[in-house]
Amino acid sequence: MAENVVPRVRVPRDASAGEAVSVRTLISHPMESGQRRGSDGNTIPRSIINRFTCEFNGELVIDVTIEPAVSTNPYFQFDATVNETGTFAFTWYDDDGSVYTESADITVA
Amino acid sequence: MTQTRRQFVGTGLAVAAAFFGLPHIANAAQLEEAIAAFTGGADMAGDGITLIAPEIAENGNTVPIEVDAPGAEAIMLLAAGNPQADVCTFNFGPAAGSRLASTRIRLAGEQEVVAIARMPDGSFKQARQNVRVTIGGCGG
Amino acid sequence: MTRKALLGGVSAAVFAVAAAGVGLADIRTGDSLVINGEIQIVTEAEPPAHLEGALSTLYSGWVFRTDETRAMQADDFDNPGMLYVEQGIDAFNTVMGSEGNSCASCHENPESLANVRPSYPQWDEAHGTVQTVEMQVQECQTERMGMEQPYGYDSQQMRNMVALIASVARGQTVDVAIDGPAAEAWELGREIYYTQYGQMELSCAQCHEQNYGNLIRADHLSQGQINGFPTYRLKNANIVSVHNRFRGCIRDTRGEPFSVGSPEFVALELYVASRGNGLTVEGPAVRN
Repeated sequence: MAENVVPRVRVPRDASAGEAVSVRTLISHPMESGQRRGSDGNTIPRSIINRFTCEFNGELVIDVTIEPAVSTNPYFQFDATVNETGTFAFTWYDDDGSVYTESADITVA
Repeated sequence: MTQTRRQFVGTGLAVAAAFFGLPHIANAAQLEEAIAAFTGGADMAGDGITLIAPEIAENGNTVPIEVDAPGAEAIMLLAAGNPQADVCTFNFGPAAGSRLASTRIRLAGEQEVVAIARMPDGSFKQARQNVRVTIGGCGG
Repeated sequence: MTRKALLGGVSAAVFAVAAAGVGLADIRTGDSLVINGEIQIVTEAEPPAHLEGALSTLYSGWVFRTDETRAMQADDFDNPGMLYVEQGIDAFNTVMGSEGNSCASCHENPESLANVRPSYPQWDEAHGTVQTVEMQVQECQTERMGMEQPYGYDSQQMRNMVALIASVARGQTVDVAIDGPAAEAWELGREIYYTQYGQMELSCAQCHEQNYGNLIRADHLSQGQINGFPTYRLKNANIVSVHNRFRGCIRDTRGEPFSVGSPEFVALELYVASRGNGLTVEGPAVRN
């Protein structure tokens, strides 16, 4: 199991209604590709974050299917339309069954 | 075991081919398969999608990629020269503020990065860019 | 071809452009780095007096990198090295050892250590030796916190802690003392810097003083400045310590490196740090 998996997100604190805001996310994770060999010569088993989703007030912003070619510490940047004050919910799904979540609030004037 | 110099060189070449050659050969078919799985073999337009990737990446471990296809439902990223061509697929929901996304990807050497967008009307758009990956001076 | 001739060939190939001297032709100088829109980084500076005649301008390793790599360092969210700084913050506030202390028990917050990175390595009177930040952390852990087993010199935990201590000093001018009791170690460090090591017979100076800006294979040689350490290397996808980098360089000369934490590497770190007196602390920087 991956250690020290810490999600981080950055969204603006406030926005105007209907604005497209930039969302940035990062999670510390080795993203072991399953292609590498360890010092014992055996293939190191794949262990990656295989899916990431972002919702705003229950509505889907983005759902990403992830393969081993995404770099260590997966980083995603995208835009979300915010029509009202609310909460972003971020979810990362690990090969090992772990699910990591993070949230962020935004005030819409 | 005794080994002649010629045998040794031959073995070295075979090993080199196994490491560097074969994955690329195997990959052409794999790339087409991955694309077909996404598009169902449909034709792809070349406009309406922008792929931004560095011409030269300083290291293949972390290559910043940005893709933008206004109106797209989903965008698939592929790396033609990787052992496995699929990189990731962005599926946009109703709260998406644009059809732009960026991430950082791994590239096993110089190759073409491919982005394919699926539009709501069932059509597809494609952009490709070659990325050279710098061979580091020192392993360090 | 004899072995010697072969090695000579390698040497000649490595420095195919060496005859042209220092070449900054395809390096874009004159750009400034501001981190998070507020921390001013000095990426080009006047060399300290002791480098007169050796370098005309100091360049941060940032200058030698591509736009994409440069940009990653300009914002803490984009800098993966900051993930390790965050782990360092957690460790800073965690009680370790038999005395019931955390780093915070004595040092309140990491920011209170902002004067450490710019002035280390420095002479430690009590121990009668030059100490690196890593040695100082180990000293705290064994002598004040009651830890039997301090962080290993090049362990992930140590690198996280040193990255934290560097991060709070970003933008401060590197100013290590090279005179007084530190002079002996500094002289040793200088001697090592100009000594040719390994089968390739390469000194630090041949690459980083005489050929910075030139290509080594497809990569630009930097001045080998260490103001950005611990540095996040894209290659490693992790932060890397100064001594680890030194070890890698000497290994690449096909030489037998000194060990991490050895008096030789401490002396070399002091000397190389002093070659950056005038640049600013950048750790954790982002490099290739």
